[in-house]
Amino acid sequence: MNKNLMMSVLLVSVLAACSSKPVKEEPAAPVVDKSSSSQAAAPAAAPKEAAPTAAPTTTSTVAVNPLTDPNNILSKRNVFFDFDKDEVKAEYRPLVEAHAKYLVANPNAKLAVQGNADDRGSREYNLALGQRRAAAVKKVMNVYGASDKQIETVSYGEEKPRCTEQAESCWSQNRRADIVYAGE
Amino acid sequence: MLKKALYCSLIFLTVVFGKAEAALDIEIVGGAAQQIPIAVVPFAQTVSQNDSLAAIISADLRRSGLFRALETRGVVNQPHELAEVKFSDWAALQAQALVIGKVEQQVNNRLKVSFRLLDVLKQSPLAGLEYDIAPSQLRMTAHKIADVIYEKMTGEKGVFATRITYIVKQGNRFQLQVADADGGNGQTVLSSTEPIISPSWSPDGTKLAYVSFEKKKPVVYVQSLVTGQRQVLANFKGNNSAPCWSPDGSRLAIVLTYAANSQIYLINADGTGLHQLSHSSAIDTEPEWSPDGKWVYFTSDRGGSPQIYRMSTLGGDAQRVTFEGSYNVSPHLSPDGKLLTFIRREAGRFRVAQQELSTGQVQLLSDSAQDESPSFAPNGRMILYATNINGRGVLSIVSADGRTRQRLSEAGGDVREPAWGPWMN
Repeated sequence: MNKNLMMSVLLVSVLAACSSKPVKEEPAAPVVDKSSSSQAAAPAAAPKEAAPTAAPTTTSTVAVNPLTDPNNILSKRNVFFDFDKDEVKAEYRPLVEAHAKYLVANPNAKLAVQGNADDRGSREYNLALGQRRAAAVKKVMNVYGASDKQIETVSYGEEKPRCTEQAESCWSQNRRADIVYAGE
Repeated sequence: MLKKALYCSLIFLTVVFGKAEAALDIEIVGGAAQQIPIAVVPFAQTVSQNDSLAAIISADLRRSGLFRALETRGVVNQPHELAEVKFSDWAALQAQALVIGKVEQQVNNRLKVSFRLLDVLKQSPLAGLEYDIAPSQLRMTAHKIADVIYEKMTGEKGVFATRITYIVKQGNRFQLQVADADGGNGQTVLSSTEPIISPSWSPDGTKLAYVSFEKKKPVVYVQSLVTGQRQVLANFKGNNSAPCWSPDGSRLAIVLTYAANSQIYLINADGTGLHQLSHSSAIDTEPEWSPDGKWVYFTSDRGGSPQIYRMSTLGGDAQRVTFEGSYNVSPHLSPDGKLLTFIRREAGRFRVAQQELSTGQVQLLSDSAQDESPSFAPNGRMILYATNINGRGVLSIVSADGRTRQRLSEAGGDVREPAWGPWMN
């Protein structure tokens, strides 16, 4: 008997056996991946109330969403880190502080801090490093009064790179924590 | 909301046992000084086969770095039976050993494969076996024959009939695959649009534990390679990652960020009995059980930079194992527990290193710059690892003495996270 045919028959029968008990996946997706487009996101479930203090005043009656208004610091969502480091550098403090203040002003708002690492070295170590970066951002938010209940941390390690070239200009973009609000 | 719904619908996840499209190729980039010259004559075949047994056997032996497979094409007398062997032909070609054999069709659609290993100088048989197999077992039978030859000629057990696992990234798809140790016959075990990392073999080779991001966060699963069924082993708050089986298969070491930072926990293979093993304010990850079951080796940055430590599986203080360098990660032990392989960063390059545990002596084994995930073959003679060539992930194997390196590369995919499986009964 032809071997390829034999293999095909075997394969079909194995697949048929598998298809009778498909793996049921929970639709759990608490955090939407925004690694490639966090700035451009349009939050459908954005708060309707007036923008908090950080938002620019407007005379228009149309509510501007402070989280997506490019003139508002709250539209900035990325904190970048040095190699193998998890310190939130001084230049990112105002950004993190603004998000913390937003959480204080909007007790129902929730966000996720997603930690990332560049792709050099161990994937598991980078997963742990991404977690520590996310936790570092959360800690700063806590300092400015944000509640633990409003902040979830998650790590993608080196698995969700924004940039894939092998150069520091690219690696530095991947050593990052992203702030993503629930519903975005 | 629409965006979220759309994203969720894009997640497509399947558990399959499909035949992978491309085989991994072999490329040898070095060689040992002393190699045994061996001639493997193409087997007589009464049925047409895609796979040439002689070619698979020759490639296996060549990859070990200990054999030189001689060209047999053009030799007028091609023997398949002992009576047909003209030893003077093979002595003239300076073969030390000769392999002959045949594949015969049986009445019940099975095949009979038989071979003989002959000593050319002494003109005497060294080994000979017969296998009654299904046609789908032909490749694995070639590997088993190579194992018999390897053991007869070197005195050491071969690993050609073992399997490896790895992840292939192709476009936006991640596939967990299992293949023969030569990279051939790849089968997809799990396919997902979200990353899969850290596959770990159960000691009996029937299950894989791995980390999947399909729930938008790292969760540890255990999947049977026999039935394809899988279950969540650890899905606690925070990250769940880095599974490693205990040598008796009853427990796994995993890493959770349940309390805060990444710490090592032990959990029974059925998901019960979770308890925290490491207690530090640093990153503790990549647990690796010692073969005697007494220690867990792991990566920690408790001293300021990532280094390898070990602690008793009963708990207590950690002992530092690596001292040189500012970045030593991904510990894996040899089956006899005497050697540690890991990744060291030196002058910006990440390379495979090996440390003799009794002396602390370290040797760098690879010559590349982005190496990851080293693991020993079950006989401890070779180390499988991932590296990066021209921006693409490929698998490489280096002999534990550092003399032979070879590359297993799959066309069109980005291959990473390899782990060498155990001997199967």
